[in-house]
Amino acid sequence: MPKRTDIKKILLIGSGPIVIGQACEFDYSGTQACKALREEGYSVVLANSNPATIMTDPETAERVYIEPLTVEFLERIIDRERPDALLPTVGGQTGLNLSVALAEQGILNKYGCELVGARLGPIKKAEDRGLFKEAMERIGLDVPRSQVVHSLEEARAFGAEVNYAAVIRPAFTLGGSGAGLAFNKDEFEYAVRYGLDASPITEVLIEESVIGWKEYELEVMRDLNDNVVIVCSIENLDAMGVHTGDSITVAPAQTLTDKEYQAMRNASVAIMREIGVDTGGSNVQFAVCPKTGRMVVIEMNPRVSRSSALASKATGFPIAKIAAKLAVGYSLDEIRNDITRETPASFEPTIDYVVTKIPRWAFEKFPGSQDMLTVQMKSVGETMSIGRTFKESVQKAIRGLETGRAGLGCDKRAAAETRLSLEELLQRMRTPNRERLYQVTEALRKGATLEQIHEATWYDPWFIRQLQEIVRAEEELRALGQNADADALRQAKQHGFSDVQIAHMWQCTEQEVRTKRNELNIVPGYRLVDTCAAEFEAYTPYYYSSYDGEDETRLGDNKRIVILGGGPNRIGQGIEFDYCCVHAAFALKDDGFETIMVNCNPETVSTDYDTSDSLFFEPLTFEDVMNIIDRVKPVGVIVQFGGQTPLNLAERLEAAGAPIIGTSPDSIARAEDRERFREVVETLKLKQPANDVATSFEQAAAIADRIGYPVVVRPSFVLGGRAMEIVYDRNALERYMTYAVEASPEHPILIDKFLEAAIELDVDAISDGETVVVAGIMQHIEEAGVHSGDSACILPPYDMDPTLIEQVREQTRALAKTLGVVGLMNIQYAIRDNDIFLLEVNPRASRTIPFVSKAIGVPLAKLAARVMAGKTLVELGFTEDPTPTHVSAKEVVLPFIKFPGVDILLGPEMRSTGEVMGIDASMGMAFAKSQIAAGNHLPLKGTVFLSVNDRDKDKVADVAQALHDLGFKFMATAGTAARLRMLDIPVKEVHKVGEGRPNIIDRIINGDVDWIINTPLGMEAKTDEMTIRRTALERHLPTMTTLAAARAGVAAIEAMRTTEPVLLSLQEYHT
Amino acid sequence: MKTAILAMEDGSVFTGRAVGADGESAGELVFNTSMTGYHEILTAPSYAGQIVTMTCSHIGNYGVNETDVESENPHVRGFVMRECCFEPSNWRATASLPDYLKHHNIVAIDGVDTRHITRLLRTKGAMKAIISTTDKDHASLVKKARASADMAGSDYVRDVSVKAPYEWNAPTNPKYRVVAIDYGIKRNILRLLEQAGCAITVMPATVAADEVLALDPDGVFLSNGPGDPAALPYVYPTVRTLIKQKIPIFGICLGHQILAHALGGATYKLKFGHRGGNQPVYHEETGRVEITAQNHGFAVDTESLADQDIQFSHVHLNDQTCSGMCHQSLPLFSVQYHPESSPGPHDSRYLFEKFTALMDAYKAGRSAA
Repeated sequence: MPKRTDIKKILLIGSGPIVIGQACEFDYSGTQACKALREEGYSVVLANSNPATIMTDPETAERVYIEPLTVEFLERIIDRERPDALLPTVGGQTGLNLSVALAEQGILNKYGCELVGARLGPIKKAEDRGLFKEAMERIGLDVPRSQVVHSLEEARAFGAEVNYAAVIRPAFTLGGSGAGLAFNKDEFEYAVRYGLDASPITEVLIEESVIGWKEYELEVMRDLNDNVVIVCSIENLDAMGVHTGDSITVAPAQTLTDKEYQAMRNASVAIMREIGVDTGGSNVQFAVCPKTGRMVVIEMNPRVSRSSALASKATGFPIAKIAAKLAVGYSLDEIRNDITRETPASFEPTIDYVVTKIPRWAFEKFPGSQDMLTVQMKSVGETMSIGRTFKESVQKAIRGLETGRAGLGCDKRAAAETRLSLEELLQRMRTPNRERLYQVTEALRKGATLEQIHEATWYDPWFIRQLQEIVRAEEELRALGQNADADALRQAKQHGFSDVQIAHMWQCTEQEVRTKRNELNIVPGYRLVDTCAAEFEAYTPYYYSSYDGEDETRLGDNKRIVILGGGPNRIGQGIEFDYCCVHAAFALKDDGFETIMVNCNPETVSTDYDTSDSLFFEPLTFEDVMNIIDRVKPVGVIVQFGGQTPLNLAERLEAAGAPIIGTSPDSIARAEDRERFREVVETLKLKQPANDVATSFEQAAAIADRIGYPVVVRPSFVLGGRAMEIVYDRNALERYMTYAVEASPEHPILIDKFLEAAIELDVDAISDGETVVVAGIMQHIEEAGVHSGDSACILPPYDMDPTLIEQVREQTRALAKTLGVVGLMNIQYAIRDNDIFLLEVNPRASRTIPFVSKAIGVPLAKLAARVMAGKTLVELGFTEDPTPTHVSAKEVVLPFIKFPGVDILLGPEMRSTGEVMGIDASMGMAFAKSQIAAGNHLPLKGTVFLSVNDRDKDKVADVAQALHDLGFKFMATAGTAARLRMLDIPVKEVHKVGEGRPNIIDRIINGDVDWIINTPLGMEAKTDEMTIRRTALERHLPTMTTLAAARAGVAAIEAMRTTEPVLLSLQEYHT
Repeated sequence: MKTAILAMEDGSVFTGRAVGADGESAGELVFNTSMTGYHEILTAPSYAGQIVTMTCSHIGNYGVNETDVESENPHVRGFVMRECCFEPSNWRATASLPDYLKHHNIVAIDGVDTRHITRLLRTKGAMKAIISTTDKDHASLVKKARASADMAGSDYVRDVSVKAPYEWNAPTNPKYRVVAIDYGIKRNILRLLEQAGCAITVMPATVAADEVLALDPDGVFLSNGPGDPAALPYVYPTVRTLIKQKIPIFGICLGHQILAHALGGATYKLKFGHRGGNQPVYHEETGRVEITAQNHGFAVDTESLADQDIQFSHVHLNDQTCSGMCHQSLPLFSVQYHPESSPGPHDSRYLFEKFTALMDAYKAGRSAA
């Protein structure tokens, strides 16, 4: 069928901020869908609140609305734009849920907007657990025994039937949020209560436990002609019981016979038809009993999912792009396979390699959380690797993870498992945890049997044997030592061992291994990902390395520039850096360079095969990157866009002969090395908070005494404020240095004077070495001390003295010139009493580049890439500091809900996973929009619970008075209540926890409180306050933990009560 | 570890690990892109005379069992893998793949760059090759590969066809009497015919028409099989006679090509054939795409049948070759691919119903007469 001509304009809803369970894979899918629809001549309107996305670039859609993703805002956008259709399946669960809401509330009908791709009925049928189960039974498919319940009473009866071994899943939540596992009655009741609470419709599904069964996923596509194809099969290494987003997964499925696989394929096809998904990609999950082969259907997602992104990257089949084309009427056989050009998309990719995905977690950032994997997803990112065999693939994936591991053991971190006895290892691996793969491998080294491992982990024996083979290969290689010949070394590389691991085994340096390898000509060949296992010629240069021999790299005649990506998402390094890398590729491609992307994150736009001229899907380690550089011989390598990952490689790459362009590695080191940077500061006569470096506690204590408490302490060379803390006294310092960080001469601790109550400014600038443009100055809402990545901010600054701002600009220019910055630079300043203190200088793209670019309407990363490749800012026509007339606010989203028992306080350690942007005419409304977009529902009236610490008591007056004037009522515990009474503000005093009932927790639970302002009192009240904040969090009650944020909140409430939000597309803001 | 060498007629030589029987074996080297179903592939008689390279990198993971076989024994001349699994994992597994290969005297090699081999076959076309665990001399092996029999013009059907007629398990209440002429038939075809209600007599490829007619069948099935249809002059008189009798005939793969020849058409050799479980076929009647399992090196020349009353019902979407045909006035139809798909997707099972529908009509016509 040809494409539809009765629709012209299509609305896409993005997935909003990056959260656990919904990451940048939906930027990838949304961007692909936008591109595909525009290719077909449709006008695309896009709504998303996340500025750090490629999809919200003004080039991606005709109209981009960076607005809160709520039904109210979307209705206004629909009213204004009048789209003919809404494509609900490419914006994750958020996009889908909003589309359902718009349809159900009659808004789509009202404006004549049609759902394409998936209709309301099928979406409900797939998403509603009860309807889905009925549907499966109708087509004769087996499902775990289950029951939908709406109350604990209902749950109890069913619990008894399945002996309380059950999985409890709340309806309509993201990434399995709120889901729980039970093995006994107590756990069962707790999980049901928690699940009912987490579900927006108070509904949970209780399922017979199939924990320990083999888990599979099939990615399915269907078109309007009822053609159905399976794009990819995925087998989970972690058996049922670990959320698939937290599982190590492998493609293609490895341990299914054709009979079993076809049964799964038939079931998937039947499910697509029964559910009635018209077109597009869906994902179906199965569990298979390892002893009997019984296959049950677990669930299906009637939309492009995280697994679809993985499947697209794993096979080269662009699911989102094809899904968009199918939604407008094409059939699969009418769409060409880009990779082979001559064959249609109506086929099933076959792959001749093994893909491994390993998630990345951030438990260390959430003290009190447990490194334990369950049916609720907790990972914040993932890496994918491609190898010819599982052994090569899994070791490569571990390198790509960037957790300091060089492979399965044989590295500096191996002590974590080697120090454990076999019994301890077997004990630990019983509970799924992020170290399990290493524990299993070490247990095998220590002589564990396959049966022991299988019994403890439920890993399929095939995978355990693969790991055994790796261990055996390691033993052989170790025994041979440096006498190993070319064949032995090549075989080691084929098994995925890195140079670092081999060096560790041979007790030599990585460079020695590399030299020997090069002498023996054991270098990787790059193979193509081609959807067809070489059956057809492939035209898309999407490569992975292997040591099998052949090299299929095809290079063009243009000068080549290598762009190093950021690897797996983690807190502190996420989509913002991928955005910059993608922009670099676009800009340099336009300038006639051959762009070569290196990255190993399957969720991203940068790893889309048509973002750059060639894509090397490889880990970002020195070895893997240098191998590519040796092969492609670029004129330039860009390290400043991918976050800390490529930056950490810069010096070694340069020493090995890589032509790093932009700010030189030496300048980078100059900014990062304390001593060298101090010289710069002194030359320029700038101010820094007093600081020093300590390698022991005694030294640290002496320094702190000298510069005075409070001090900020942190290990050197970290990203995202890892292990950074503010300490107020010697005891706290001692605690920090005993429990948090081990200082040593190789790992010094940095100590800074902490500037209390200082205003923090974040500045992004671009420089070509001659001209420096201060592109954006952001004023943080939270005071200095809260990590800049966790602070809300406003661009331009909203209550700063213009002369101070001018000084900040001058200092920024001076620093850029002195440091020889070519490209981007980010500086954080603290302002106190009209003094400007320099907190941090990063001569690289910062997390705020996409936000600033969208606020000022200038693609900074593109300009910076061009500058690095030799253009001047004068040539590029960007020489004046921009002065936007509208206000942009950035707010962050935090993942605390996923980590029960963790406090939600902000601090110097970054913990946010994503961000949203609000744009409007005033600071108040921009901030209000950012709060709505982040899901903080500020009340327009009602009761505020106010509880502030002594430091804040003197400063609370303006906030309290303003709220009082707005008609808010107050509730407070004794101390704060007394202060309010002094201000003549009426207040209802409420019991603290332990003072009697009803206490504040009861009040919150009863719904008597609409907003919580609670600044931390410190250690003594920690448990109490944490209970308050957790209770509020679980009830989605807005909570602010700093007075600065409360003050901004008041401004937002005032704005919302007096003005209407402005609704303009990004294109209109910047015409 | 014992080494094995794969040598090809173009002079390419790959050294790997011997994972099957000892010895030396030559044949036409082809590749198959299926990711599952190696056991069915090994035992499909259509691979007689061929050395099969699997493009999927891990083979043997789930071992072998007694039920997933397409004939009694493997028929490949050799088996080439990137990595063969020695210790399988599957609840139905009864033996490992290497043990199975040794037991059936199949020479096999792994640890070679199967993607490189596939690329060579794609660019140069299917080639003669040899696997040896005994001869280590590359030049000698290449020479032996070149000296081995050509696929075009060779008759492998005689080797794999049944020697005497036999009855396949009849269903409880058989509705149809079918003669299946065995050019190398896969068991799953027989299983599906049985499920469709057919009592089947399997007859040798050399069967004469009157032997078939003596059984008074409601339909005749022409099976799949190995090699070049042009090298089988002895099968055509029988098929032509059956066509004249207006008995419903259903052909699969080689059976499809034989039907084309019997109708006066021709076949030609494809560069490297279609072998895999992901091949898209367009069905003209429904306008839908079937994902099919295929295994053939020759194709029907549609031009050669242009003057016949034939509709080319199915077309291969990758290269527009003929994937199926249906006679417009006689009860004949055939497909180039494997609707019994073992291994492979089950999208085309409707063809067995189409056959029974033709037989219903034929039976109705006869009882009316």
